[in-house]
Amino acid sequence: MSYQVNGHTIEHDEEGYITTLSDWSKELADEIAKVENIDMTEEHWAVVNFLRDYYDEYQIAPAVRVLIKAIKKEMGPEKGNNKYMYELFPYGPAKQACKIAGLPKPTGCV
Amino acid sequence: MSETKKFLYVNRKAPYGTIYALESLEVVLIGAAFEQDVSMAFLDDGVFQLTKGQNTEAIGVKNFSPTFRALGDYEVTKLYVEMESLEERGLGPDDLQEITYEDEDDDWEEKPSIRIVSRTEMADIMADQDVVLSF
Amino acid sequence: MSTLHTVNKSPFGNGALLSCINHCKPGDAVLLIEDGVYGALAGSVVEHAVITCAPSVSIYVLEGDAEARGIGPAKRLPDVQSVGYDGFVDLVATHDRTQAWL
Repeated sequence: MSYQVNGHTIEHDEEGYITTLSDWSKELADEIAKVENIDMTEEHWAVVNFLRDYYDEYQIAPAVRVLIKAIKKEMGPEKGNNKYMYELFPYGPAKQACKIAGLPKPTGCV
Repeated sequence: MSETKKFLYVNRKAPYGTIYALESLEVVLIGAAFEQDVSMAFLDDGVFQLTKGQNTEAIGVKNFSPTFRALGDYEVTKLYVEMESLEERGLGPDDLQEITYEDEDDDWEEKPSIRIVSRTEMADIMADQDVVLSF
Repeated sequence: MSTLHTVNKSPFGNGALLSCINHCKPGDAVLLIEDGVYGALAGSVVEHAVITCAPSVSIYVLEGDAEARGIGPAKRLPDVQSVGYDGFVDLVATHDRTQAWL
């Protein structure tokens, strides 16, 4: 199971999460998004970049409610809410966005 | 919605020699979703979990010490550290990393999560819980 | 409001029993299980710590675990009471919380 980006093969698990975090690139994110049927807009990238920064700082992917709270604080209430997040990532912001961001599945996310 | 209960996670093991410390942290992060009154206690070798300057590159395991700094986002804002346990190990509060939370009820002011307590105070804290989970 | 503490490690290779004793409140109970039963031995280096806390804290040993390790009643401190699995359940039920020392 793998993604193909610029002639490189990048392994992922049975749910589509990449297995080696350092394999991530913006091109790979676009490829994962394609598989997830998501057209990456600036708004999507804002969430993905936030997740990557959060992981970089704390070594975990945040739970959905933590993500939404943090986005609300950083980008305002019109973006930091469930509805907006699920519009961007219909199968769950933390789950789908984390996959695109190249992070492990969030702790406690089943 | 049932009444809020007081949960204390007791940490008495050093971070990398066994899986206890990481398991405890994961259970706390998952359990935080249940909106209970959660606090953590660090005593005996558990105080080593919070020390500054951990770097696990050479041993090939994840350094989860930065994750303690995310606990505030999960509304876990009380990390009790036992003074005697620090002293017995030649450590003091300055050897611990800084962990803060933003107090929602106080204009999001940043406050320290680590509270240094004496052994007697730790015993009182333990005796004040509904549920004590040991790691 | 009292706590039942369980200790499952030998006190000769692990600080769990001593740390437990140091955090007990009057009226609490300590139940020694698995390798923790070695803490009930008379004449050991932890005897003093156990005897000192015994007046205000009840010390129990799980009979089956003690017998399995050859720690019969004659080898134990007189301050230590013996319980079976039914007694273990009673102790859990009669205390407000249970705290494990691992």
